[in-house]
Amino acid sequence: MNRSVERVAPFAFGLIALVLWQGVVWVTHTPSYVVPGPVDIARAFWQARGALGSGLLSTLAVTGAALLSSTVLGVLLAVAMAASPLFRSAVQPWAVVVQVTPVVAIAPLIIIWVGQPFLALVVCAVVVSFFAILSNTAAGLAATPPELLDLFRLNGATRWQILFQLSLPYALPYFLNGLRLAGTLALVGAVVAEFVAGSGGFASGLAWQIIEASYRLQIPRMFAALLLLGAAGVGIYATLGVLERVVLARRNRA
Amino acid sequence: MFALRQVAKVFSNGTKALEDITVEIAPGSFVALLGPSGCGKSTLLRLLSGLDAPSGGEISWGHAGKPAPGEIGYVFQDATLLPWADAAENVYLPLRLRGLSRAEAMPRVRAALAQVGLEGFEQTRPKGLSGGMKMRVSIARALVSEPALLLMDEPFAALDEFTRHKLQDDLLALWRRTGKTVVFVTHSIYEAAYLANRIVIMTPRPGRIATTLTPDLPDGPGRRESAAYHRLVAEITGSFQRILPV
Ligand SMILES: Nc1ncnc2c1ncn2[C@@H]1O[C@H](COP(=O)(O)OP(=O)(O)OP(=O)(O)O)[C@@H](O)[C@H]1O
Ligand SMILES: [Mg+2]
Repeated sequence: MNRSVERVAPFAFGLIALVLWQGVVWVTHTPSYVVPGPVDIARAFWQARGALGSGLLSTLAVTGAALLSSTVLGVLLAVAMAASPLFRSAVQPWAVVVQVTPVVAIAPLIIIWVGQPFLALVVCAVVVSFFAILSNTAAGLAATPPELLDLFRLNGATRWQILFQLSLPYALPYFLNGLRLAGTLALVGAVVAEFVAGSGGFASGLAWQIIEASYRLQIPRMFAALLLLGAAGVGIYATLGVLERVVLARRNRA
Repeated sequence: MFALRQVAKVFSNGTKALEDITVEIAPGSFVALLGPSGCGKSTLLRLLSGLDAPSGGEISWGHAGKPAPGEIGYVFQDATLLPWADAAENVYLPLRLRGLSRAEAMPRVRAALAQVGLEGFEQTRPKGLSGGMKMRVSIARALVSEPALLLMDEPFAALDEFTRHKLQDDLLALWRRTGKTVVFVTHSIYEAAYLANRIVIMTPRPGRIATTLTPDLPDGPGRRESAAYHRLVAEITGSFQRILPV
């Protein structure tokens, strides 16, 4: 019983907040170009549903492509670092440098260098998100019990057998956790890059919807795009969370 | 015959773990390596397994070169089973690594599990097994490749007293039945006295061999109560009082 109450609680809270918000906007006669009420936002959302929808799709496409690339890049780097201490010491500092450099600062450079707008956005999102996968997977690979490594060696296991039958399976939960973090980071990276690219770049993502609405002082539409962006972030996080649970549950049953 | 001649181990950080270890291990013997924590027992076992090389002296496994895959069975202090695999799959692992198909291996896997008294638990995952049963699976995993030498590193240290006694009795029975050569590391005087027919007592670091005892306790259910066992425990305790600084 408590569990279902806990499930419903965030929605009930959200609903109450919406009602209060709308009530305050009505009572104080706040104009919608300052603070739009939920009703104005819903109306703006409906009117711009085509543009917002394609904006969402475009941003999600960048995010998805970036997440895939980050997975490949992060896992490969983590495996190579686990295999070769020399490679690790050569690459690790640079991975950290890329990670701590604010993407806003390097996005213009990336956009100029890469040229092709979609690709440029993907690269920016990868820069933001791959480190989460790299560091989590590396931690997972390092968590392989040394006794099991010994056991594999005693039975003449090859490097590949150790990697695929021991280290990677041990790293799986860590990797999935990193993937969930990387999902939301990729979205943030994509949106930041879209902002930097602006109209000169790939002018169809959600960020462009926000910019355009702000130029035209269409504040309700801006809110609608923002909310959509928030929902996309929550959706990605939740989807990857479900993926994580399903994969681990399957492995622990299969 | 397994033999260590004047084996020494100095780690790369300068730690002197072992010094001048000379032992011969006759086939079929049950050797206990007994010594205080940090005296180099695990280090010695790793050298015997061929996982690590000595920095001095030499080790012979009765043939030229290092042990072949599967020639050494190793049981660790923790059962260290693959958590996502059931008991049979865990026991199959050493054979799988050496390329045996599941169909070829399964009769041997079932036999190994039966040897440790786990018939009917083939499909159970580690999460569903007690500590003692996990250790049994771990022993079955070491036995399945029919190793010439079974190395055990404090395998029962993490178990409760009752489970430990049961596993000790079962291990003794298994040893008598199979005639395996066992090297068993422990820091329990009682355990060494109860199990081994050869007790190698080691000094604190750097580990050397202080004395070797070759007791001959009566077999059978009365062993733990026998006067000979208690005399042996007293004798080992006495030799430690001579080695250890007071
Ligand atoms: N890889 C290593 N590098 C450096 N020193 C090591 C290494 N492995 C072990 N040692 C040191 O060598 C000594 C012997 O260690 P070892 O693990 O063999 O002792 P042990 O007798 O098995 O102790 P315990 O009963 O606590 O398991 C210890 O001082 C330990 O710190
Ligand atoms: Mg030890």
